[in-house]
Amino acid sequence: MDKKNTIIAAIVEHKPGVLYNVANMFRRRNFNIESISVGPTEQSDLARMTITVKGDEKLIEQMIKQLNKLIDVIKVSRLEPTSIVSREMALVKITTPGAKTRSDIINYADIFRARVVDVSSESLMVEITGDSNKIDAFIDLMKPFGVKEVARTGITALSRGVKSVRIEE
Amino acid sequence: MTKMSGAQAVIEALKRQKVEAIFGIVGGAVLPIYDVLYETPEIRHILARHEQCAAHAADGYARASGRPGVCMATSGPGATNLVTGIANAYMDSSPVIALTGQVNAFAVNSSYIIGKDAFQEADIIGITTPITKYNYQPKKASEIPRIMKEAFHIATTGRPGPVLIDLPKNVQTETAEMKFTDNVELRGYKPKTSPHPLQVKKAVELLLKAERPIILAGGGVIASNASSELLALAELLMAPVATPLMGKGCFPENHPLSLGDMGMHGTLAANKLILEADVLLAVGTRFSDRTTGKLDEFCSDAKIIHIDIDSAEIGKNVDVDVPIVADAKKTLKAIYQLLISKLQKKESSQWSKRVQEFKEQFKDEISGSEKDLKPLRLMKELRKILPNDAIVATEVGLNQMWAALYFMAYKPRTFISSGGLGTMGFGFPASIGAKVACPDRPVVDVAGDGSFIMTSQDLACSVMEKIPVTVIVLNNSVLGMVAQWQRLFYGRRYSAVDLGNVPDFVKLAEAYGAKGTRVGSLKEFSKAVKKAIKSEVTTVIDVPISPEENVFPMIPAGAGLKGMIESEGEL
Repeated sequence: MDKKNTIIAAIVEHKPGVLYNVANMFRRRNFNIESISVGPTEQSDLARMTITVKGDEKLIEQMIKQLNKLIDVIKVSRLEPTSIVSREMALVKITTPGAKTRSDIINYADIFRARVVDVSSESLMVEITGDSNKIDAFIDLMKPFGVKEVARTGITALSRGVKSVRIEE
Repeated sequence: MTKMSGAQAVIEALKRQKVEAIFGIVGGAVLPIYDVLYETPEIRHILARHEQCAAHAADGYARASGRPGVCMATSGPGATNLVTGIANAYMDSSPVIALTGQVNAFAVNSSYIIGKDAFQEADIIGITTPITKYNYQPKKASEIPRIMKEAFHIATTGRPGPVLIDLPKNVQTETAEMKFTDNVELRGYKPKTSPHPLQVKKAVELLLKAERPIILAGGGVIASNASSELLALAELLMAPVATPLMGKGCFPENHPLSLGDMGMHGTLAANKLILEADVLLAVGTRFSDRTTGKLDEFCSDAKIIHIDIDSAEIGKNVDVDVPIVADAKKTLKAIYQLLISKLQKKESSQWSKRVQEFKEQFKDEISGSEKDLKPLRLMKELRKILPNDAIVATEVGLNQMWAALYFMAYKPRTFISSGGLGTMGFGFPASIGAKVACPDRPVVDVAGDGSFIMTSQDLACSVMEKIPVTVIVLNNSVLGMVAQWQRLFYGRRYSAVDLGNVPDFVKLAEAYGAKGTRVGSLKEFSKAVKKAIKSEVTTVIDVPISPEENVFPMIPAGAGLKGMIESEGEL
């Protein structure tokens, strides 16, 4: 069965408890969330959730219907992978015992268009943005050096062009 | 705008909703509301003896009347005791409003506030999120009018369900300018009620071609008051109607086209005939596992039309050919109107003749002596005694399945049972609620000894509040449904099902000031029921029956319709 990642965008009421309601529904229905990112939108009383899920067509359809059923969820859209920009950001902390490794890491970071954002005598922190595959690849590359800590934001996405999931006022 | 306290606003909102009764138990965190109730004669408060009963009674009230039922409890244990009742209402889509007290939401005189684990604090919002349609916790008194209005709107529209409002104590006492309006603006909640014309057309095309149509009518038909539309459509199509438990009563069971219950303990006629259907019109039903059995054996050759107001039910369990997301009443009407222009109404068809043959072949036969208190005989006798509009509630277990199979319901909202959650102890408090909603009609709880004991303390409530109901305890001294499974599937290893012959239900009833009587023959049973339904005090009729009595037919859990066990002889 085809179980690829699907990105769902949900416009929800921006108030306490909504994330709990959404997360609770996913847990209760035995749906898995691969990643979720939540933030305010350009409309101050609305928030946008970008939820990445895995499942076959039937399961995704159920997830969208169950999301729509929640009263605080105003609009749900499935973002088609071919017509969206999706990004994830990660902060990666790498141990750097010597100057040689340090310059190697900085070179790799350059190739990945990542930035060094913190340096200490024994570690480096790199900020990297891109699609999830790119971030996976960078982290894999850093593993031999010693990855101390990774913080990933989860995927966030918008559809290309004028199409939007906006709520018209 | 009127200045009043939060507690006054709660009661004012209930009055505006024309709430006539609240089932509840007082406690520390709801004192301000009870203080207002003290001077509100328009709203009757019914003091339950356990909050679970208050919730079930509100549920029973809602199911009998079609109006939302209201229950109330204090914070902490009061609120958590409501939980089973709320979950039960949620599973069966019953419009219940639950009001709970909560510890203070904001600091007054350095009091403890929510989140500090104060005395009798429980996170009832967190606890009830998965079992309510929605829940609220106002943080300011001025929010109460809007929240109360929205709560009733959400509970009663679309697919109905329970809504909980958690009221922090100092929100109840805070005074504010209150603005009551009739408008509800919820941008995330706009249930679609009208069917899409194209889908109606597709359904009609399928039905016109159908040679062996069957209608599966569930609780949604009752919720949308669509019984007359269902009857008209069934007669036009000459389509038999099977009802899963929640739909029982939506189609008169004495009608030639009625197949009765379908599912795990459905009638032979319904469970066998449905396999022959070429088109299944399912309306207001969610294809629960208890209805369908194993999914691959369920109507695999039939085209399925599924009408439900909850779009998430479409395709959840069964793949359908024509989905229609809309109100059952409007949709059945739309289908009928389109069909009538294309279809000649017939008196009978080959299919309807086959239905009659089936019904004749699988008719329940009463056998044995009258001394033998068989559930079939008792339920048939009960039907003879009760008027058509009498309300029968059931507990859960064998009693429930016997009532569902053998007690014919003729009207919607006259058969009340815990379907989805299967809550033992539901029937008795639900019958109290039903009696409050319909004081002029007899209300009977068909109970088992195991179930009744779970909520029997509310005999005190029914006696003190003068809400007379009749409880028929089919007393087999055993947790009968489980014992049946152990008998059939666990080699008669009866583990933890023996209840002994305690309590003495006659004495128990009398201890509460109710009437208690024990019957040993059909004649005595009949006499006792006739007396009980006219009595001004609740009556418990203890009917000793055999602990070996089973309910058949039965589709074992996990099996399909073809795996139905028809009688004991097959084992």
